[in-house]
Amino acid sequence: MIRLPDPKPEVLARREEIVSALRRAVPGEGGVISEPLRLKPYETDGLSAYRQPPLAVALPASTEEVAAVLRVCHSIGVRVVPRGAGTSLSGGALPLEDAVVVGLMRMNRVLEVDFDDRLAVVEAGVTNLAITREVEGEGFFYAPDPSSQLACMIGGNVNMNSGGAHCLKYGVTANNLLGLKAVTVEGEVFEVGGKHLDAAGYDWLGLLTGSEGQLAVITEVTVRILRGPEGARAMLAAFKSNEIAGQAVDAIIGSGIIPVALEFMDRPAIHACEAFANAGYPLDAEAMLIIEVEGSVAEQDMLLGRIKEICERFDPISLKVAETAEQSLAIWKGRKGAFGAVGRISPDYLCMDGTIPTGELPHVLRRIGEMSAEYGLQVANIFHAGDGNLHPLIMFDANDPTSFGKAEAFGADILKLCVEVGGCLTGEHGVGVEKRDLMGVQFTAGELGIQRAVKSAFDPGWLLNPAKVFPLEGNAALGPAPASVPHPAAA
Amino acid sequence: MSGATVAPASEEELAEAVADAARNGQPLTVEGNGTKRAMLRPVQAARTLSTRNLTGITLYKPQELILSARAGTPLPEIEAALAERGQHIIAEPPEPGPLFGAREPATLGGVVATNLSGPRRISAGAMRDHVMGIRAVTGTGEVFRNGGRVLKNVTGLDLCKLLSGSHGTLGVLTEVTLKVLPAPERSATVALRVLDLPAGVRALSAGLGSPYGVSGAALVPDDGGRGPLALLRIEDFAESVAYRAGRLRDELAGMGEASLVADVDESRGLWRRVRDAEPLGAEPGDAVWRVSVRPTAGPAVARAVRAAGLARLLFDWGGGLVWIAGPPTAEAHAAVVAAARTEGGAFTLFRAPDSLRAAVSVLPEEPGPLAAIVRRVKAALDPAGVLNPGRMRAGA
Repeated sequence: MIRLPDPKPEVLARREEIVSALRRAVPGEGGVISEPLRLKPYETDGLSAYRQPPLAVALPASTEEVAAVLRVCHSIGVRVVPRGAGTSLSGGALPLEDAVVVGLMRMNRVLEVDFDDRLAVVEAGVTNLAITREVEGEGFFYAPDPSSQLACMIGGNVNMNSGGAHCLKYGVTANNLLGLKAVTVEGEVFEVGGKHLDAAGYDWLGLLTGSEGQLAVITEVTVRILRGPEGARAMLAAFKSNEIAGQAVDAIIGSGIIPVALEFMDRPAIHACEAFANAGYPLDAEAMLIIEVEGSVAEQDMLLGRIKEICERFDPISLKVAETAEQSLAIWKGRKGAFGAVGRISPDYLCMDGTIPTGELPHVLRRIGEMSAEYGLQVANIFHAGDGNLHPLIMFDANDPTSFGKAEAFGADILKLCVEVGGCLTGEHGVGVEKRDLMGVQFTAGELGIQRAVKSAFDPGWLLNPAKVFPLEGNAALGPAPASVPHPAAA
Repeated sequence: MSGATVAPASEEELAEAVADAARNGQPLTVEGNGTKRAMLRPVQAARTLSTRNLTGITLYKPQELILSARAGTPLPEIEAALAERGQHIIAEPPEPGPLFGAREPATLGGVVATNLSGPRRISAGAMRDHVMGIRAVTGTGEVFRNGGRVLKNVTGLDLCKLLSGSHGTLGVLTEVTLKVLPAPERSATVALRVLDLPAGVRALSAGLGSPYGVSGAALVPDDGGRGPLALLRIEDFAESVAYRAGRLRDELAGMGEASLVADVDESRGLWRRVRDAEPLGAEPGDAVWRVSVRPTAGPAVARAVRAAGLARLLFDWGGGLVWIAGPPTAEAHAAVVAAARTEGGAFTLFRAPDSLRAAVSVLPEEPGPLAAIVRRVKAALDPAGVLNPGRMRAGA
């Protein structure tokens, strides 16, 4: 279980006073929530095994109101948990008992769209997909496309440096930003970057991106928008083993082709998705690739033809090249429904997120298979094969009091394996609370100390999203005797 | 210029040298081959610490699009190893010869520490976007790693980005891991003779807003007395380049007199010159500035600095990067600063004689609340202030 720091008694004791001050900072209906029943929806995020209602929720409607909330919290020493749509799979928005949640969902305006300069200025609570919806009429799109893009908000994307299935070609969030407006822990507003590329001086934009709410509260984002390609089409290739599928991936990249997406599914993932979506996936395959290319129809034909030729060298069980956009959608249908598909087999599952050197895939999948047998828990693997980002979905039974603990231990073992083979703990979901206590596997105490020092430079009192990212041990600001949150299944 | 130079042959020795300097409060000029000494402000330090002896590629996995090399590795050595496998450094950093008169090549560490990117920045990201991992030494001599050797990694704070472009003031890079990509098979350029600068930037915007994947968009303000010339590059497989460059030329034909540079060597040569700012025509004694603004504001920057007598210009990045060359005077600098500020952009005094660059702010000031944070970040990573003091800002 993940431990959370002790609540500050002096903060809990001043609850009424804090709520009143917050109401002055965010006046008007719906600006502050403090009734226990209405706090419920904010007690958890996409890592729903952990729940903790906050002290209060503030829902500011402007950067100025965010600043006012932070000034209140800072003056009293109240911890602050920023929150977008609450879709974090790593518990990045998990509240603390003595913390104020600052929800950005009311800040949902698109402030400016400029097609000549290819940018959009949006508030932090605009959803990822809403940006693309805003500009697609002119043929443009916002590139990073996390699975939760219908719900997740750009402020959260920036804080987690979100990726998606198409980042092999278009990059992650950090590669698609121009500027940010943010508020310091003291409640001062500042801007970094702008509407231009590469502001001179230190790269605050790069440092703030992926900082998981540790450094500042982000309120406005200037993103790059891109003109979409003439078209895109997918193909499916199925192989007799994970090794062979991995070799095919190597050969495609080695030929100089960078597909816009290159997704890998193992046997359990294929079966789960097929049962759910009837996408026509080959059930006799051990591994399957979905490969997507872009360009004019002739260019798609050329690239898919070359990739097909390469795949044919690896004794494929099945090769299916989409001839139409509808066939393309059918190929993607199963993959896009993967979470729902696994959810149907097992209502409770953990979605892990490590990255490995792509050449280590066969070894890693073999070891995950062995661990699956040892733990007695099923796992399905989805893999962004081009960039090495692995998503094992560990299935467990929340009604069995030991099952969740086993699933967590299994997940931790997988992430340790990722680090052991040269990879990392998280490729796109963030550390959050979920992987916080594994940071020592990837970094030395000294290396973590340097990151902590940078955090302290922004937030000397450790009030911003505490208990995330950095282990509690050796962290005086978070209290000497951390308490634990009981898991509902274990209680 | 700095006195004694130390060039350790190992990371461990380099860390000891920094720790020594910190203990004795002796500032260090930090550099690779020192090709960009004339960039930003002169460093006030009696001793120089060079990474030039930390060389060699330590990991190269073409199929994983990953290359690691020690910081002092000359860029041509890396480019050669990549070329053997048909790959390249994505951000296309300029060579230091034409701009700085350097005789030696740039090092990997130097290019990352200055976050220098060429024309492909507009489509494929900056140098810092491809830094997947670093090893570095803090100002107290502590070795640390950040990032890793995989393409997707959000584990902890991204100090790779903080150190990229920090000009050696927050740590000494000792090893860098880059994302690399297949080098495009072909390159072609659509050249468009346009009436004036705004028309040129409109053409670049139209190209960058097309579905053809423009990978370079530059504007030469006066092409040999024949007026402005807009250049748009397409890079990819041969069939794609032929198709897309043709379509682009046809679609832009209404915006100016269009021609196609289909010869791959000619097209590559053209973009090498843009990369190294050769069409800028900077005289040896000139100061050189880079102003970064939203692309459509490029012509307004040009108008403003021309009014102050700065006539040598070159636009890249769709019009958003304005190279400016002219007399190294405080008045000229003030005009550039004012133009950048008016258009909401950033400026860099890229190259200048010591007299000018020691006397003025070579970069914009940090915005209000960040000023205190900067001091604390610097104090955390280099408490004794020994790494390149004064390089970016006076007294920091």
